[in-house]
Amino acid sequence: MSHIESSKNAALTRRKFLGSAVATTAGLTIAPGVLLFRAAQAKPAAQAVTSKVRWGLLIDNTKCSTGCDDCVTACKTVHKLEGHNRPETDVQWIRKLTVTDKQTGHVMSLPMMCQHCGNPPCVDVCPTGASFKRADGIVLVDRHICIGCRYCMMACPYKARSFEHEVVHDQSVSAPRGKGTVESCTLCVYRVDHGKIPACVEACNEAKHGAMLFGDLNDPESEISKRLTKYGGKEIRADLGLNTGVRYQGI
Amino acid sequence: MSVGLYKKKLSLLLAGLILTLPLSLFAEGILPTVPKAKAKATAEYGCVNPVADMRRNHMKYLLHHRDQTMHKGIRTKKYSLAKCIACHVTPDKNGKYPKFGDNDFFCSSCHNYAAVTIDCFQCHNDNPKSAYSSLNLNRQSLPEGHEKFTSNDTLPSGDAK
Amino acid sequence: MKKANFVEIEGRSAGYLALLGFLGIFILAALGSSFYMEHNGHHVTGMTNQIVWGMPHVFAVFLIVAASGALNIASISSVFNKTAYKPLARLSGLLAISLLLGGLMVLVLDLGRPDRLIIAMTRYNFRSIFAWNMILYNGFFLIVGIYLWTMMQRSLNKYTHYAGFAAFIWRLTLTTGTGSIFGFLVARQAYDSAIMAPMFVIMSFSFGLAIFLLVLLAAYNWTHRPLGDVIFNTLKNLLGVFVAAVLYFVIVQHLTNIYMAKDSGVEAFILLNGGIYTKLFWIGQILLGSLVPLALLYHPTWGKSRTLVGVAAMLVIIGGMAQMYVIIIGGQAYPLSLFPGMEVQSSFFDGVVNHYAPSLSEIMLGLGGMATAMITVVLAIKILRFLPESLADEVVDPQHS
Repeated sequence: MSHIESSKNAALTRRKFLGSAVATTAGLTIAPGVLLFRAAQAKPAAQAVTSKVRWGLLIDNTKCSTGCDDCVTACKTVHKLEGHNRPETDVQWIRKLTVTDKQTGHVMSLPMMCQHCGNPPCVDVCPTGASFKRADGIVLVDRHICIGCRYCMMACPYKARSFEHEVVHDQSVSAPRGKGTVESCTLCVYRVDHGKIPACVEACNEAKHGAMLFGDLNDPESEISKRLTKYGGKEIRADLGLNTGVRYQGI
Repeated sequence: MSVGLYKKKLSLLLAGLILTLPLSLFAEGILPTVPKAKAKATAEYGCVNPVADMRRNHMKYLLHHRDQTMHKGIRTKKYSLAKCIACHVTPDKNGKYPKFGDNDFFCSSCHNYAAVTIDCFQCHNDNPKSAYSSLNLNRQSLPEGHEKFTSNDTLPSGDAK
Repeated sequence: MKKANFVEIEGRSAGYLALLGFLGIFILAALGSSFYMEHNGHHVTGMTNQIVWGMPHVFAVFLIVAASGALNIASISSVFNKTAYKPLARLSGLLAISLLLGGLMVLVLDLGRPDRLIIAMTRYNFRSIFAWNMILYNGFFLIVGIYLWTMMQRSLNKYTHYAGFAAFIWRLTLTTGTGSIFGFLVARQAYDSAIMAPMFVIMSFSFGLAIFLLVLLAAYNWTHRPLGDVIFNTLKNLLGVFVAAVLYFVIVQHLTNIYMAKDSGVEAFILLNGGIYTKLFWIGQILLGSLVPLALLYHPTWGKSRTLVGVAAMLVIIGGMAQMYVIIIGGQAYPLSLFPGMEVQSSFFDGVVNHYAPSLSEIMLGLGGMATAMITVVLAIKILRFLPESLADEVVDPQHS
């Protein structure tokens, strides 16, 4: 290659490098929110999940307001959890709790969903093993082998699980659901496996509340781990020793 | 009855059965007509597996792969149920999609004939369009800032369509 | 002692056929209810996401607990070598199998996916006490089947003691397992206790014997076979002991819970202000299920009347059902304590006492299970030799004049 061509090639590659550097910096500046909440790339589709990662949620209760239920609406929309106007039997994966301290009169509101425990009682009691904890910490119901005995619903201290009381139509691809099986918050496992964050967290961010944070609890450099180290985080019913994946601040 | 009479009845029965053999000429007409898929699965290797292999073993692939996806989070495209549906469930000339249970629904065309019950579609959506997109959602019902949210229900690579 | 002569009942009278028809109607109703619930989904029942186990489970758990208790009589004869009970051993084994059959039928038909029963029988999560119970229930059929076989085939009689012993250990394990279904649950304040398992064992003694006594009375009265006082009084007094024992366990359970501040809420709920649950506890379980039967059984004159003893056994059963209702449904009605000491409110019925109204289909399913248990006994005593021809005093105990 002649000297001029090689220098031209060198210029091209330099330009390319500079271009990509600018683009990266621009990306970093323009969309800090996205990167902050999900630093890791989606795992390759053919790769099994491992326990190197442990997914968790951090709820900052100081930013969660009583009247807001964006997270609940988002969950219902994305997973197409239709209601039948039968609140006692309708499915609910995430709900807002309003907690009043009788002594002080203090009122607070927080989202409650499956806590994705490290020692899940629902997994212990399931007779067929349909209720299981994935290697990356997400607790799921394998609805192919669920027989609908509802023992896991008896066992859950957080009332996280719902039984599908009626025939289901028009299911979302992110949540195949059917009559006669038990279900609960999947931590949006379908979205997470494809490199996204749970719908409730994304809705909370979109609406600029910033009360919910999703991340890898095993990674000390992740935003969630850093915040937990700095400010601490409480489990609901910590006395049960369940090592939940969902932690709360400000309760 | 006596042995002679027994033999006579048996030979009559055999003769009757042999006489029904010509009916097999009509067998072609009573086998199910399986609707054609939308296209070959990929440009490189055509279909997922050879037809004969799929006919014999599709249940094994499905059962094995669903455990892989459920328990290990392996979501490869090759045995993805959503992609099976996307290819095999095609609309008729009026744009109407068949429902599970109809004879022109791909899985049902054989399963109705063989009288083998499957419960996949009690949970999984049998319609490729509805399963992937939430475009027919009423956007007015979503809180402010959520509008673009509905499109997150598609496969990220966009190759569902 | 003259060996008891076992003879099949004739089973051709109009009364017998009417009984079969009566039980058959309940079974058909149960099958119909089960189809209705399974086809439409459980929203047609009274069970919800708050009260997940309802009337079917009350019936099913009662029948399963009674099943293991019904084997008691046979165990006493084979394991503890009380020869007076030996003639009753076959009926005891039969009743045990039948009650378990009825209970399991209700449990299985109430599942959200009963078509997946094969999965439940082949895939086990051994950390689950429920999975262990499935093995225990199936094994119970097998072991009691073998036990009955050793009793009914003369050449195998020498093994009866060993089969009886195996059955005895198995049934204690089974009832412990059933009680632990509740006792192992950390989530609910009404259950989380080690006393559930032994309490269920004692409840099984009481309910099983009450049902056994009623079946015995019915079978011998309606086939006009003699039932002597010796055997009758022995069983009656034994029932009294068991009823008292259950009362003891209930007192210990509630006293302990009352003492602990964290459980004072659920105890106040059951004992004082739980509405239907409080009524069922005091009137159903304590008064009708324990105190009145004790009075009837041990009273010097009342205890001699077979009718009143039968009434006492019936009341024990009713009290047992009330106890199951309070345990299973009352335990779920009381809200989960997510934030101890605080008031919680949500769109998912947190922090409130959960409402439950049993639907007709659930009740029919439960009654159908009881009918299945009874029809199995009624048919079996006609087909095979389960019932001794006579339980008169001379037959049972020649020394007694």
